Amino acid sequence: MRIGVVTFPGSLDDVDARRAVRFAGGDAVALWHGEHDLHGVDAVVLPGGFSYGDYLRCGAISRFSPVMTEVIRVAEQGMPVLGICNGFQILCESHLLPGALIRNDHRKFGCVDQRLRIESNRTAWTQEYDEGVEVTLVLKNGEGGYVADEATLDMLDGEGRVVARYLGDNPNGSLRAIAGVSNAAGNVVGLMPHPEHAVEELCGPGTDGLGFFVSAIKAFANA
Amino acid sequence: MARVVVDVMPKAEILDPQGKAVQGALPRLGFDGISDVRQGKRFELEVDGELTEERVAQVHRIAETLLSNPVIEDFVVHA
Repeated sequence: MRIGVVTFPGSLDDVDARRAVRFAGGDAVALWHGEHDLHGVDAVVLPGGFSYGDYLRCGAISRFSPVMTEVIRVAEQGMPVLGICNGFQILCESHLLPGALIRNDHRKFGCVDQRLRIESNRTAWTQEYDEGVEVTLVLKNGEGGYVADEATLDMLDGEGRVVARYLGDNPNGSLRAIAGVSNAAGNVVGLMPHPEHAVEELCGPGTDGLGFFVSAIKAFANA
Repeated sequence: MARVVVDVMPKAEILDPQGKAVQGALPRLGFDGISDVRQGKRFELEVDGELTEERVAQVHRIAETLLSNPVIEDFVVHA
C-alpha cells in the first residue's frame, strides 16, 4: 500500500510519518504542497509542524495549497486521510472535520507522553485497536484545544465519532477531553497526539502508535 | 482605491487565552478596573477601483473564506 505524506513549508514530522509508514509495512510516498498531484497513493497523512508558519490561523493557509485541493477531493470520495497535530488543524480548516483547534487554555506549549483512550475502532486508522484500550502517545502542541458548539459535540459523541480522548488531567483544554475525531464515513481522522513518534521501543514512549498505520494498511489489503 | 477594514474576533463563547493573558498582565502594571480583554485581528484591504456593492460582497466572501474561521470567529466588514 502506498501512503502519501504531504510536506508543507514548515512541516516538521513528515520524515517521522514516512518512517512510521515503512515500519508498519507500507510504502511511503513524499507529496509536495505545491503540486496538484497525489502520485497515485492509496491514503494520505498530513503531518505535524507549523505549515506556512501558522500564519493567520493554524492550517488556514495550507488548506488552500494545491495539494489540499486534491486531498479534499479524494477524502470526499472515501480515501483514508489522517491528519496529525497540524494536519488535524488543516482538516478542520478544510471542513473535512467539524470543530476547530485553539490555543491551549494554559497558554503554554505542552510536550508530554500522554495517556489516551481509543474510543472508536470504526475508522480506517484505528481498526487495529480494541475499543476502550489505553495507549500512550507523544502530545506536543501550543494550539491543541479542541472546540465545537454543544450540538456538534453531542453529534460526535452520539455517532461514535470521537476517536480518542485524553486520560488524566486535560492537557490543553479540549472540550470533553477530545484528542481526535473522524468524519461520518470514518475514512478521515484528525488526531492531536503523534502516533508516528510511538512506533519503536528505542525512541519515544513505546509502540502504541503503530496501530494507526497498520490499520490503514490492513484495511487496504482486505478491500 | 478604497480601504476596507475587516475585524475578526473570537466568538463570545470561545475561550480566548491571548485576551486572558493580556488581562492578567494589567493588574501587575497597575491598571485596575478592566474586567475582560478579548483579542482579535484587524485586516486592511486596499481595493482597486471604485468600491461597488459587488466589491463589498467580494470582501465578505474573502472574510468568511480565509480571514476568519466561522467555527470560532465572527467578522465585521467596515466598507
